Amino acid sequence: MTQISLTVDGTQVTDDVEPRMLLVQYLREKLGKTGTVIGCDTSNCGACTVHLDGRSVKSCNVLAVQADGHDVTTIEGLAHDGALHPMQEAFRECHGLQCGFCTPGMIMQSIDLLNENPRPTEAEVRVGLEGNLCRCTGYHNIVKSVLYAAEHAQQGETAGAQ
Amino acid sequence: MTATTEAPVAPTPEIGKDRRRKEDQRLIAGRTRWTDNLTLPGMLHIAMVRSPFAHARIVGIDTSAAKSAPNVVDVVTGADIAETQGVMINAWPITPEQKAPEHPPMAVSRVTFAGEVVAAVLARTAAEARDAAELVDVEYEELPAVLDLREAADDQVLVHPDLGTNKSALWQFDSAGAGTGGNVDEAIEKARTDGIVITRELVQQRVIPAFMEPRSVVVDPTAEQLTVWTSTQIPHIVRFALAATTGIPESKLRVIAPDVGGGFGGKLALTPEEWISVALARRVNRPLKYTETRSESLQSGHHGRAQHQTITLAAQKDGTVTGLKVELLADLGSYVALLGGGTPVLGAFMFNAIYKFPAYQFNVQTVFTNKTFTDAYRGAGRPEATFAIERVMDDLAAELGVDPLEIREKNWITHEEFPFTTVSGLLYDSGNYEAATAKAKQMLGYDELRAEQKRRREAGDRVQLGIGVSTYTEMCGLAPSRILGVLDYGAGGWEHASIRMLATGKVEAVVGVSPHGQGHETAFSQIVADRLGVPFEDVEVLHGDTQVSARGMDTYGSRSLVIGGEAVVRAADKVIEKAKPIAAHLLEANVDDVEFATGRFTVRGTDQGMGMADVALATFAAHNYPEGIEPNIDADATFDPATFSFPHGTHLCAVEVDTETGQVSMRKYVACDDIGVIINPLIVGGQVHGGLVQGISQALWEEAVYDDSGTLVSGSFVDYLLPTSADTISFDVDHTTSPATSNSLGTKGVGEAGTIASTPAVVNAVVDAVRHLGVTDVVMPCTPERVWRAIHASDGGEPTVGAAMPHFDADEAGTPSTEGAGQ
Repeated sequence: MTQISLTVDGTQVTDDVEPRMLLVQYLREKLGKTGTVIGCDTSNCGACTVHLDGRSVKSCNVLAVQADGHDVTTIEGLAHDGALHPMQEAFRECHGLQCGFCTPGMIMQSIDLLNENPRPTEAEVRVGLEGNLCRCTGYHNIVKSVLYAAEHAQQGETAGAQ
Repeated sequence: MTATTEAPVAPTPEIGKDRRRKEDQRLIAGRTRWTDNLTLPGMLHIAMVRSPFAHARIVGIDTSAAKSAPNVVDVVTGADIAETQGVMINAWPITPEQKAPEHPPMAVSRVTFAGEVVAAVLARTAAEARDAAELVDVEYEELPAVLDLREAADDQVLVHPDLGTNKSALWQFDSAGAGTGGNVDEAIEKARTDGIVITRELVQQRVIPAFMEPRSVVVDPTAEQLTVWTSTQIPHIVRFALAATTGIPESKLRVIAPDVGGGFGGKLALTPEEWISVALARRVNRPLKYTETRSESLQSGHHGRAQHQTITLAAQKDGTVTGLKVELLADLGSYVALLGGGTPVLGAFMFNAIYKFPAYQFNVQTVFTNKTFTDAYRGAGRPEATFAIERVMDDLAAELGVDPLEIREKNWITHEEFPFTTVSGLLYDSGNYEAATAKAKQMLGYDELRAEQKRRREAGDRVQLGIGVSTYTEMCGLAPSRILGVLDYGAGGWEHASIRMLATGKVEAVVGVSPHGQGHETAFSQIVADRLGVPFEDVEVLHGDTQVSARGMDTYGSRSLVIGGEAVVRAADKVIEKAKPIAAHLLEANVDDVEFATGRFTVRGTDQGMGMADVALATFAAHNYPEGIEPNIDADATFDPATFSFPHGTHLCAVEVDTETGQVSMRKYVACDDIGVIINPLIVGGQVHGGLVQGISQALWEEAVYDDSGTLVSGSFVDYLLPTSADTISFDVDHTTSPATSNSLGTKGVGEAGTIASTPAVVNAVVDAVRHLGVTDVVMPCTPERVWRAIHASDGGEPTVGAAMPHFDADEAGTPSTEGAGQ
């Protein structure tokens, strides 16, 4: 067992974990952060995407011990004071989800995408979300959601900010 | 109760509004209840041990090492639970003679596909269970396996030696015998002398539903009812079948489908893992959970499609079709699953599609192979049928040198001819193929693209343009119970709804359908809001728990709105009828003078009235209500449809094919669907988009590929090619509307339309792009390699068929080592 201390969704946590424990398992099993989900075992689907120090990572591809001392944000930490993140609002507005299973990862990746490129083209959005699989929407409305969020971000600067 | 006189404000109708979904508020915030999220006190975790062999006898299983591993509570083999685990059932024996082997949830003596469960480990954590599963030592005696569908039909190697054959059932429909049309063989013979006969061998490859949420089941045996949470489309059917096969009284079983992450037919299933989990929970009398890995999901969750199709089309020289004969081999995999051979039978009525064929015959032989069992996948039988007929209609057009839309128009049922009884005996109630086609052509810019195609062909461009057509219909709203009875299906097709009028004016609509992404909570709220005149926000839709929603037939076959929505309408109408005498009493009026509109009961000829919420509160208080009636305005309704509904539409697809590399790029895709009256256009758009990509993906990317020893090599998301956002495009979706006459809302269903329509549209486009190079077919998925081979096989005048053989076939000439179906 290894002791780790990190910040998850703004809260400081400390735990003893097996060295082999994945960050996504730590989030779900130890912290009850079940908003972040597991969709595959080969790091293809991106359903488990979270932010590590503000950058998107697939949390099945990070060991919990690697997050020691870092700052993790999950889908559950996006809303502030009851107000949804603009990307969450955009997904709702544009019907960017159906079953909702890929949605946490998709939203986290979309935020990262706009952080890097606040005014992407449709093609850039499509490439930027390539690591996140969805089986319900055909991506049409997911892409629309991200473009909507970019368009509605004030001066194209704050959509990605957390 | 005081009668109010405030003037009613007529709300704008909810039906037709693009309401944002109620469901989303939770889902976008991560406040979800996936089965795998559940944790119960003292809960154990299961890891399955699965067969690596496609066919083998289980000689012995040594569990001792696993049992002594840390925190392992139990290790169980099939022999240990053979008497208690129940059996996996087939609900639809398609013929009385159907051969079906017993399907134990956990194999007891023999395994019949790679991935079948042979043992299970119970441990305190999932990781410990999985570690210990590695220590279970199974001794197998490998047996000969048969993997190829056509080889299996030859019965040289048997999947189930005791059955003596791999052939399970032969199901036939003949229009001459049924009295719905002429003799197809005569039509074909006549066309051989003075017309055109087109015969095609088509392959519907095996694909995997690949819902995003891996299946999970939690069982709690510690309360009065044994509770099963499971990631399923069909909680009611799971409950019934568990009771029927395990001996647990149905009244002692509660099945809950909490949040369910997609299904597409893949969760229209009774799974061995559910049955094993229940057996183990009863054995150890503790709560437990099983969550599959993605690889387990792809390997052992049922697959779809998997047909070999021989299509013979007879026509006159002017293009008028005179007969259609369909001969199918359908791959069951190693067991007859829940619907099993019923899936191709669902397609039997759809090969004649939108056309006025005078003679029709359908034959399906279901066949066992040593592969994962197959069952419903989005469209279930209808995509296979639509693919075949739409592919062959294109070939007929090519044969005659006319536009593919022209040949369709020559044969389709015209708008004036509805209602129309088809050659397969179905009564199509409404439709307008002309209108949908005209709109789709305009959306695509059909004539302009045809002109561009001509230019590029003449110029001999390296990249050629192809335009694909699919004018589909489907039968939805499964299903009239009496028809299911005639087809020997094991249950009915009705649907149930209850409306509960709460004292505070809120409304609960309890539905028997079980959504997993379709937005029922939103769409049904819109229906109830309009019907009862209550605010959309005041309606709560409850579902997916057999103790809350006691009666239901669940969600599949584009039935939820068409059947379930009508049940909601009828329950709401009963609420109004029950509330009316109470309102009349309170308004001191004769009940015959009381009218209901937009949420208010009013007295004819006066300004007196009261709202539905006031009646609900007065009924709750029950201080003042008429003699002789119950103080209760809640109502139930069960709707059993008299017929199916028939969505239709025209889909057009433009692709560019690089003749040097075989690469296919989609340029534009338009869908004009007639799905009847639309409740929520936003949700409908989403259903179409997602359906399209699943169908497009079958055409271009997906295939469950097995190696020679029966191992699923596309057994992870590394190898099973689910499309990404970068592979796909945005779509143009629009509608024409011919209301259905089979339900009062006029809805037809939309869940499967996109998938049914798009596969042939895409393959037709690919073939159309290179048909002038001699290509008549490209086997799905149309990978660059297959397209390239199809083009270049024609260089030497060889038939397309050889070049378009499935990958991994040993006799594929000069194959470079291309693995999988990726591009």
